[in-house]
Amino acid sequence: MLDNLQLLFVWAPVINIQIILEGIFVGAVFALSAYGLALVWGVMNIKNLAQGDFVIMGGYMALALTSVDVPLALIMVIVIISMFIYGWLVYVVMIRRIIDQDMFVSLLATFGLSLLMQQVMNLIFGPEVQTIDMELPVYDAFDNMVTIPSSKIISLVMAAVIAVCVIAFMKKSRTGQAIRATAQDPRAARVLGIDTDRVYAFTFAFNAALCGAAGVLVSIIWVIQPFYGITYSVRSFAIVTAAGLGNLPGVIGAGFGIGLFEKYTGAIVGTAYEVAAPVSILLLVLIWRQISMRRNRQVVQ
Amino acid sequence: MTFKRYTVALGAMLAVGVAGAAAPAMAKVEGDTIILGSSISLTGKYATNGLHTQRGYDFAVKTINEAGGVKVGGKSYKLAVKYYDDESTPARGAQLAERLIQQDGVEYMLGPYSSGMTKAIAPVSEKFGVPMIEAEGASRSLFTQGYKYLFAVLSTSEQYLATAVDFAADKASSPGDVRVALAFEGDPFSMDVRAGVMDKVNEYGMKVIIDDQLPADLSDMSTTLTKVKALKPDILIVSGHSKGAATAARQIDEMKVNVPMIALTHCEAAKVQEKFPKAANGFLCPTQWVESLSKSDPMFGSAAEWNAGFKAEYPSYTSVPYQSAQASAAVYVWKEAFEAANSFDQDTVRDAIAAVQMETFYGDIKFSENGNNIAKPMFMRQIGADGSYSLVEAADDMVFPRNVKY
Repeated sequence: MLDNLQLLFVWAPVINIQIILEGIFVGAVFALSAYGLALVWGVMNIKNLAQGDFVIMGGYMALALTSVDVPLALIMVIVIISMFIYGWLVYVVMIRRIIDQDMFVSLLATFGLSLLMQQVMNLIFGPEVQTIDMELPVYDAFDNMVTIPSSKIISLVMAAVIAVCVIAFMKKSRTGQAIRATAQDPRAARVLGIDTDRVYAFTFAFNAALCGAAGVLVSIIWVIQPFYGITYSVRSFAIVTAAGLGNLPGVIGAGFGIGLFEKYTGAIVGTAYEVAAPVSILLLVLIWRQISMRRNRQVVQ
Repeated sequence: MTFKRYTVALGAMLAVGVAGAAAPAMAKVEGDTIILGSSISLTGKYATNGLHTQRGYDFAVKTINEAGGVKVGGKSYKLAVKYYDDESTPARGAQLAERLIQQDGVEYMLGPYSSGMTKAIAPVSEKFGVPMIEAEGASRSLFTQGYKYLFAVLSTSEQYLATAVDFAADKASSPGDVRVALAFEGDPFSMDVRAGVMDKVNEYGMKVIIDDQLPADLSDMSTTLTKVKALKPDILIVSGHSKGAATAARQIDEMKVNVPMIALTHCEAAKVQEKFPKAANGFLCPTQWVESLSKSDPMFGSAAEWNAGFKAEYPSYTSVPYQSAQASAAVYVWKEAFEAANSFDQDTVRDAIAAVQMETFYGDIKFSENGNNIAKPMFMRQIGADGSYSLVEAADDMVFPRNVKY
């Protein structure tokens, strides 16, 4: 560990650039899937444990489409639309029935969905690790110490475009306003003529579409496997907990923060602990919130 | 009188019926068929390799039956395998092993796929004194438990990458100066591989400059490779099943990692030579078996002949995975053991297996006291620029340093 610190800050400080870049690339993808979770959690109070499996499903769709030579931009559009439809179906078949139940029902039901999706993907695509290799050029700098694959740049740009669209949509459009209204007070929203059932269905489908988009990016910059969903679920939960519900800038910030923290943990402590990093952040945030809320409670007393 | 005759007939029928019903409980041999039992992963995460294994078993059973079967006590018996799908979950595997033994009366077993599954099933077969010949569990820890009824035809996992360290030592002017980078997953198999590598590294007094553990959900090892690029080791050794090989190859390509020697497990399973031909150029990959091996036996012929026969039976294979070859070898050991024991008594057969010493298309087979095969070495192959695998028997056979232009 001391060696690694020395390496980072004394021997070869230039590799910090690589690590920061990697952190930004992963952060962008995490933020995308986490924002969907923040929405369904905030609007519908559903804690979706199948979040990561939606991501992987998007990845497999992209993989299937690449094998028939569909260009990337079109893949993105097709995956977003079909995941939206899939999300709507899941809502109608399952989520609608559990929306008024307590927390454990939503956890159990979405966990069941997660298992089901994993096994179906495993049956269709097999258990091997797969990836989309777009064979795009890789740029290097500082005597090959820093390499930036163009696939990662493309994915970052795509994530940014999607984020901007989502922000604009939530702020300006009627549906976006209806979603925010329903999140604030579903009863009042119903009184004012908002069809909350439709809003819920739309929110869940929207979440699935965002996850699908994240999945496309995952499949072009890393590898996918039917059982990898859980790591994306864990990160989404960590990011949403850290950022708060329905706070898009917060989610993006937390996404990048966790991405960087993960990469530095990996470089200093070891790659095996990368996935542990967001969980430890989650723990710290919860402890810190508990302490600060306790201070508030004492003031009230 | 007629009534009495009827009662006798009825009694006789009942007796036959009872005997018939009781038979499955001791149905190791039904008529002229010897039933072997196996719980195998046909669904779940090991499904692909589970299928390779099952086909290896089936091909051997078919070949042996066509050649006259197994001769015990002057009579010919056919072989058959009863399979259950363990869904790649160890708990299910253990359950199914118990079902095979207790309900189906199976008295001889073939192994499942993977060390983890074998670890779950071996205590069950051991408890009931059922001999099991397995072909797919390489973890060293399987052979330190004192199991008496477990035998494995394959080389154990600590031998997988140890030869790569030997090669690195041969290529260096002084082995003590070799700088080694290690990236291993934390599962039992990879840790065994690492233990074998570390034994060699310590033997030569090499310096380990990177020693990273990889996570189980391995999709990104860029931080490890960043360090590799900064520290420039002489050899990089990676083990993390297919996902480790795929991730490593992809990111070695993407990050333009230039290390003179790179050795990793599961190249074939991850198909790195097809998916990442540029990066995979020069990778050293261990294998249990090669079809160019100069070993043969009277049943399957040479390694090349077994390979050709298997491909004819399953034309979907362009190159046959070693998992299928070793599965066939395990069935072949059963035949030899039954014939040597000339009996169906479990303990007699068990002792016959322990005494087996034979040359097969898969290599020599002789079991140590712990049940692992000590007669067969691991083989090392190197991936060429055209994606082909060539056998590396000594350090001079390999292309060194890796010649890659990113």
